[in-house]
Amino acid sequence: METILLQLLNGLDKGSAYALIALGLTLIFGTLGVVNFAHGAIFMIGAFCAVTLSRILNWSFETIDPEKLDFLGNPAKIKTPYVEAWFGPEFGGALIDWAVPLAILFSIPIMIAVGFAMERGLIKHFYKRPHADQILVTFGLAIVLQEVIKYFYGANPISTPAPDAFKGSFDFGAMLGFDPNMIIYPYWRLIYFGFAAVVIGAVFSFLQFTTFGMVVRAGMADRETVGLLGINIDRRFTFMFGLAAAVAGLAGVMYAPILSPNYHMGMDFLVLCFVVVVVGGMGSLPGAVAAGFLLGILESFASMNAIKSILPGIDQIIIYLVAIVILLTRPRGLMGKKGVMEE
Amino acid sequence: MGILEVKGVGKRFGGLQALGDVNLSVQENTVHAIIGPNGAGKSTLLNCLVGKLIPDTGSVMFNGNSVLGRKPHEINQMGISRVFQTPEIFGDLTVMENMMIPCFAKRDGSFRLHAVEKMENERDLIAKAEAMLDDVGMLEKRDMIASSMSRGDKRRLEIAMCLVQEPKLLLLDEPTAGMARADTNNTIALLKEIKEKRDITIAIIEHDMHVVFSLADRITVLAQGTPLVEDTPDNIKGNPKVKEAYLGETQQV
Amino acid sequence: MLGLNKKDTTFLLIVIALTIATPIILQPFAEGSELAQFNGGYPDLMQKIAIFGIFAVGFNILFGLTGYLSFGHAAFLGIGSYAAVWMMKLLTMNVIPAILLAMIVSGLFAAAIGYVSLRRSGIYFSILTLAFAQMSYKMAYSVLTPLTNGETGLQLSLDDPRILDGAMEGTSLPVTNIFGIAMNSSYKLEALGRVFTFNVGFYFCALIAIIAFYVAIRLFRSPFGMMLRAVKSNQQRMTYTGLDPKPYTLAAFVISGMYAGLAGGLLAAMDPLAGADRMLWTASGEVVIMTILGGAGTLMGPVLGAGVIKYLENIFSKINETVLHGWFHWLPDGIEDVVIWVFARFTGEGWHLTLGVTFMLVVTFLPGGLVEGLKRISTRIKHGSQKRDKYDDPDPEHRPEASKHVA
Repeated sequence: METILLQLLNGLDKGSAYALIALGLTLIFGTLGVVNFAHGAIFMIGAFCAVTLSRILNWSFETIDPEKLDFLGNPAKIKTPYVEAWFGPEFGGALIDWAVPLAILFSIPIMIAVGFAMERGLIKHFYKRPHADQILVTFGLAIVLQEVIKYFYGANPISTPAPDAFKGSFDFGAMLGFDPNMIIYPYWRLIYFGFAAVVIGAVFSFLQFTTFGMVVRAGMADRETVGLLGINIDRRFTFMFGLAAAVAGLAGVMYAPILSPNYHMGMDFLVLCFVVVVVGGMGSLPGAVAAGFLLGILESFASMNAIKSILPGIDQIIIYLVAIVILLTRPRGLMGKKGVMEE
Repeated sequence: MGILEVKGVGKRFGGLQALGDVNLSVQENTVHAIIGPNGAGKSTLLNCLVGKLIPDTGSVMFNGNSVLGRKPHEINQMGISRVFQTPEIFGDLTVMENMMIPCFAKRDGSFRLHAVEKMENERDLIAKAEAMLDDVGMLEKRDMIASSMSRGDKRRLEIAMCLVQEPKLLLLDEPTAGMARADTNNTIALLKEIKEKRDITIAIIEHDMHVVFSLADRITVLAQGTPLVEDTPDNIKGNPKVKEAYLGETQQV
Repeated sequence: MLGLNKKDTTFLLIVIALTIATPIILQPFAEGSELAQFNGGYPDLMQKIAIFGIFAVGFNILFGLTGYLSFGHAAFLGIGSYAAVWMMKLLTMNVIPAILLAMIVSGLFAAAIGYVSLRRSGIYFSILTLAFAQMSYKMAYSVLTPLTNGETGLQLSLDDPRILDGAMEGTSLPVTNIFGIAMNSSYKLEALGRVFTFNVGFYFCALIAIIAFYVAIRLFRSPFGMMLRAVKSNQQRMTYTGLDPKPYTLAAFVISGMYAGLAGGLLAAMDPLAGADRMLWTASGEVVIMTILGGAGTLMGPVLGAGVIKYLENIFSKINETVLHGWFHWLPDGIEDVVIWVFARFTGEGWHLTLGVTFMLVVTFLPGGLVEGLKRISTRIKHGSQKRDKYDDPDPEHRPEASKHVA
């Protein structure tokens, strides 16, 4: 019982990341009809926003302290981050410590700008082209973005810690009456799940309750008709691209403490997220979210020792296996609509 | 006993009864038209005949065999060819290739791995395809990419592709929909010629009364999923029930 | 000749001539000269071009003709490599049985995977093939370690049975051969200050590549090839013409899987080891890029794409800042630094950036790939700047000599 609960929790944070990326992919596909292979790269850029902010806050100047000596006997050089010098060690130190959450604010304008630039600069020209062309050009773009990041940040993962306040773990087991330390769960993962739930809720209520969202949903259902109504759907769709980029970017920012950002993390997630989107049903937002959590949790269960001893290696292939079974039994995924992407 | 016998066919889509209780008998070597206002179930009926839809009730017999439960390509191999509302041709291929494909289908069945044979050795089929193209007056266009032709020519090609298979029954789904007047007249002329020259049964769904009355031997009027009346064109023209069905439609619009 | 029409025969002869002369053509600059870094790496690079050419030609039979975009073709390449290495471990170091087994095994896998995946189309098909390939990759790493030797990769070892080769002598591993001629032996010719190397392995690969290419030409021109193009063009019309598109597409899938297996077998024949990396989805992506870059649906495109990518990869990754400094030393210092900085981003480590940018440019501006680019240029030369009318189809692969079918 304890292990099952623990695996359920472990599945949640990965599932949250899948759901957030898949949500953005589906928004772009549903509104613009574009299959975006560069979406994983956006997730990665988000993670590197966190890295960048943490680096900026850590910018330091050196002073020489004549009273202390380093191990060679020279006067020690002390590095002081500018923020600490400006705002005092306490507030400045807290700023540095809270770099990842602060990066949320820092990343939103950046991610929206990245999204706009991608849509206006490249994707726009591919609306009328075959899906294969869209896949290929965004695949090329993903390679380019990945290489650019690699040039600036190097090939090694960069550890980006969560604030000290969230470093510990939460003892779920004790709370629910199990033995202590049976079900412990890092605070940050709990926060990630909560954050994902908030973002997903926000996107859905935005689409549900605003006029803008209504037009977008109508556009997803029938693009041409809405175009005929004289609504400038293209501009709204550009905005949707920015929104989707922001969602994926935020997913990346918050994921940085869980997985040290590296330049190929986007591609690793993208392949899985495409499977997620297709399992959920191309063009269905609830489907994408449901499939994201479903696959994240299944993956976590499959990595239980009890299961691995019966079916060795199942944790590695479970997602693909489930995808194959679902696609063959439910041709359009869990909640897909008829006639989408079948030509 | 007609070549096509439809008995008690019904089809529901959720809450909508698209076809009620359709009985239809198409006699060999006649042109049988099915007309009716929008939403009368004409297309649903046609789709039930070619295997795209499976009716909930009733039977469809062709030449004494049931077509129900068979796939579209099997039904075609039984001898039913279909012309679509918007011409369905192989747009990326040349006109001649468009003609060769049905020739192969007729000779070799639904699948054969002829990967080592050469196209130019299939002299019989080539001759057959060329003769057919000549019949519809398209021989000089044979090397054109099919999608680059006018709509009228595409329609002509589609009909030729169906005819070269020598079907027993040719189904036409609004063959002149969206056509310019000249193209419509050409198509009527072509169909008349086919009717006179070949031993073929034609079932046609059409909106354009001009087309229907210049071609049909028998007419079935369909309204709200059930046949209203079946008769010769002359009798249909004066039938008050038919007028009402059509007028009813205009009032709704 | 060989059942090809005149134009295809000329085409094939050109390919054969180019292949035979490859060691000379790709060594245009004298050893040690400033431009020597543009010489193709030989024989490794040439073998790779031939092998990946086969891979891409096979992929094109599926993607180019039927339009089904498989994102998991590398699985068959990997399976072919494993099968070939096992044949060398168990039976003989002669490469012929190894390659045959590679084709058979990957053909069987393709039949099974294709049968399931082809029940869906569009992006669903792409994702299914991707899922199968990723599953094969992960399983090769974990559960199937007894068969694949996991992370280390499958290698030869001294105590392999090798039934046909008899007892092993000495302590060094045997080399792959064809009826006794070692694959890595080569003949060197020095002339005009250059060294031309004629390598057995390369000529073996080249011979197989030419046969594979010839088979592809015949297939493109056959009624079967026409049916595959019909699948891409209009499946609805196809079924209503009495044809079942499924077996046609499955046959294309199996054939292209066997091509991939052949390429995998050849990789093992040149260097007898097989790793799971060959099945990774990036490897599948690579063959897609090659085919598209060259021109999907054309005969020459995939070969051209494979050649260009492998050649550029080899050349670009060799260029470093020292080399760039050598080129631009005549520029004023400040400008030189800038130019070198820019070039350095795209060469050496930056090769993938070049690949990504090239790929984006080709897909955006030249959807027909390099083949279409060449055709546009030749049309421009022939007709001057005269504007083409819209029915003037630039791509003869899409209108294959209908007129010539009738003598």
